[in-house]
Amino acid sequence: MPSPRYTREIPQRFRLEAARCQGCKNIQFPPRRVCPECGGREFAPMRLKETGTIATYTIIHVAPDQFAVETPYAVGIVDMDDGVKLMCQITDCTPDELEIGRKVELVFRRVQREGPSGLICYGYKARLVRD
Amino acid sequence: MREVAVIGTGMTKFGELWEQSFRDLFVEAALAAVADAGVDHIDSMLIGTMSGGLFVGQEHVGSLMADYLGMTPIPATRVESACASSGAAFRQAFIEVASGMSDIVLAGGVEKMNDGADVTYALSTAADQEYEVFHGITFPGLYAMIARAHMHRFGTTREQLARVAVKNHQNGARNPKAQFPMKVTIDQVLNSSLVADPLRLLDCSPVTDGAAAVILCPLEMARKFTPNPVKVIGTGQASDSIALHSRADLTVLNAVRRAGENAYKMAGIGPADIHLAEVHDCFTIAEICAIEALGFVEKGQGGKAYDSGLTALDGKIPVNTSGGLKSKGHPVGATGVAQIIEICDQLRGVCDERQVKNARIGLAQNMGGSGGSATVHILQAV
Amino acid sequence: MIGIVGYGSYVPCFRIKAEHIARQWGNDPTAVKKGLLLEEKTVPGMDEDTITISVAAARYALQRAGIDPQEIGAVYIGSESHPYAVKPSGTVLADALGIGPEVHVADFEFACKAGSEAMFVAYSHVRSGVMKYALGVGADTSQGAPNDALEYTASAGGAAFIMGTERVVAEILATTSYTSDTADFWRREHQFYPQHTGRFTGDPAYFRHVLGASRALLEKSGYKPEDFRYAIFHMPNGKFPLRAGQILGFTREQLEPGWIVPYMGNTYSGSSPTGLAATLDVAQPDDLIFMVSFGSGAGSDGFIFKVTERINEVRDKAPTFQDMLQRHRIHLNYAEYAKYREKIIMNS
Repeated sequence: MPSPRYTREIPQRFRLEAARCQGCKNIQFPPRRVCPECGGREFAPMRLKETGTIATYTIIHVAPDQFAVETPYAVGIVDMDDGVKLMCQITDCTPDELEIGRKVELVFRRVQREGPSGLICYGYKARLVRD
Repeated sequence: MREVAVIGTGMTKFGELWEQSFRDLFVEAALAAVADAGVDHIDSMLIGTMSGGLFVGQEHVGSLMADYLGMTPIPATRVESACASSGAAFRQAFIEVASGMSDIVLAGGVEKMNDGADVTYALSTAADQEYEVFHGITFPGLYAMIARAHMHRFGTTREQLARVAVKNHQNGARNPKAQFPMKVTIDQVLNSSLVADPLRLLDCSPVTDGAAAVILCPLEMARKFTPNPVKVIGTGQASDSIALHSRADLTVLNAVRRAGENAYKMAGIGPADIHLAEVHDCFTIAEICAIEALGFVEKGQGGKAYDSGLTALDGKIPVNTSGGLKSKGHPVGATGVAQIIEICDQLRGVCDERQVKNARIGLAQNMGGSGGSATVHILQAV
Repeated sequence: MIGIVGYGSYVPCFRIKAEHIARQWGNDPTAVKKGLLLEEKTVPGMDEDTITISVAAARYALQRAGIDPQEIGAVYIGSESHPYAVKPSGTVLADALGIGPEVHVADFEFACKAGSEAMFVAYSHVRSGVMKYALGVGADTSQGAPNDALEYTASAGGAAFIMGTERVVAEILATTSYTSDTADFWRREHQFYPQHTGRFTGDPAYFRHVLGASRALLEKSGYKPEDFRYAIFHMPNGKFPLRAGQILGFTREQLEPGWIVPYMGNTYSGSSPTGLAATLDVAQPDDLIFMVSFGSGAGSDGFIFKVTERINEVRDKAPTFQDMLQRHRIHLNYAEYAKYREKIIMNS
């Protein structure tokens, strides 16, 4: 994970910075220049709320190298309460606890590392909301 | 626009081809296509490969292959659309002939996946690096998420997914070019090791080396070269967000649907007119979603089609008579043209034990990534 | 009035029971638990480290403080398990919370008292008037060497404190520090596990400095142990803090809410700070709280806090320590623990 690419995404990965299209009000995460819904070019910055529900998920058993030691781990698509969807791991749970529709909150975790000498990359993961 | 026909085809065996390099593979397929067509020159070449760079460190593929085929200085271009690279190359070749720009064009694809590259990483470049791959997702993982959503919403079952693999292996067992020409049972699929829950090893297409090539020319010229040309009556291509979470509906392959609609419209026909299809079963769920997107079944009913045998070799609409990506193999960039070759062979009646009777109109659907791009081609026997 | 404006703690969800560790090494589980007064300890998840723990605790502190993070002028994390040997942890925390870019950041290290040192320096900046708010965090994911006494206790967790002059929840009435160069426990560079000196870590190290700081603080402030509602001491195991309290004249009841080690283990730089957070979770206005940390090497920082009315307004704005300790636990066996703690040799 090269530093420039990692550092550039920090506002999104650390603070969930997104952008609301001023034309159709849809939220883009990450922010972009052209709204895919209405073609608009004007956006207002905002931060996503940290809660959502599980739209779908899987448990990875065969992983890329830098994640190999963590298998099995869960990855899901979260329907954020703000209306956007994002993809992230689902942490602090056992596979049998996962269900489409369960509420989650985003937490700050280490997502990957470049081996023993490279960059440590942080970002968001989802965690089941437990009452 | 001129009408366009396929006049020759050629492909390598698909498998772990240790003796053959990246360029060896393409040269073999291209020479076989040229010989099959009986042409004495090519005007232009379009070559689909997902990533010569990541698999074997080789870019500049167009000129490399033109050189090794002894065909320089013809224009030669590498086309990329992840796993839909050669479907897209075929479409570009079609446009070049239809427009009158060139007469005899070679469209092909090649991938050399077994030369020690980090295959998982290379394939992952078809997904969104920063917002999917960064989080530890894999390709089986993306399709597993589609499968789970499809199962949740439509009641598609694990057994129905397994039946896709069983059928494709049954067909592939009759294909001498297939990587895995052996039958599998539902139990074998259900008990194979988990890759990304709920997808198991036997739900996933393999890692394959291979190349495929076809020769296109204007229909009016075709009979000069072959007694049974195959006419391209429809072509469609569409894009969608490459990130799965940005799609409007997680269970719908919208790029496939749009590409299909465009191809049907151009051909002036509908799904009911298709006699057989090669679809992009990179994972079993992909075939289920593809037949829905192509209109062969209603949305959400794809799984049930596998309980009824709709898509079996002797079914109402045989799908993946070649064995599909699952049994035939999936050398990523070569798959699109390989699918077209199967349709051409079926329409020419040369498929021996896997021949579909009275096959007149066939469809080939190629797809990139988790559905970010798709091409659909419709071919007709003339 | 200067003191704590917002506080938060963080408890990972994974645990390992002392008896699993004991059986691994052929030790008697009952004897171990009795000797250490400890049942189980927290284990950091494979995606957790000192930085992620600090972010979680500091977010809760910010929720309780109810201030604009841009007003925080300094961010200090004290730990003996910073994820990088060279590259600050504090900058990640600052960016994660939206603090800065005009902010002072440095990482602190002083074995188990790096957290309380970070708290003291944050407090001092505010007290000196150079900034309105400052954040001090103590967090750790320290390793205990296999088949060593410390393997039972070395755990993961942390607590964060925003110091300020407005919206104070616990006023700081007095502070002190007591330090000497006493090598009771250390870790050399490139070593995976620390070294410790057995019984030398007791009287000449822990007790000398904890009691030294405590007595200095009591004398300086004029208070007596019975004046305090609660007291927290650094918790390397269950017994040391109880003994320190007893020697000084505190009762067992005073130590109770802050005596978190039996089900948490020793979170090193997070130990007494988390004990303090757990105490604030139950304290009432006007309660006096006595806290003395200890870090090997060696030294102790002491604080006297007086809780204000505002505690009742902020307590429920974030999860409490007991909430997190009890709500959701995943117990690991020793093999899983060894994998999580990267004790298994892998190809790099």
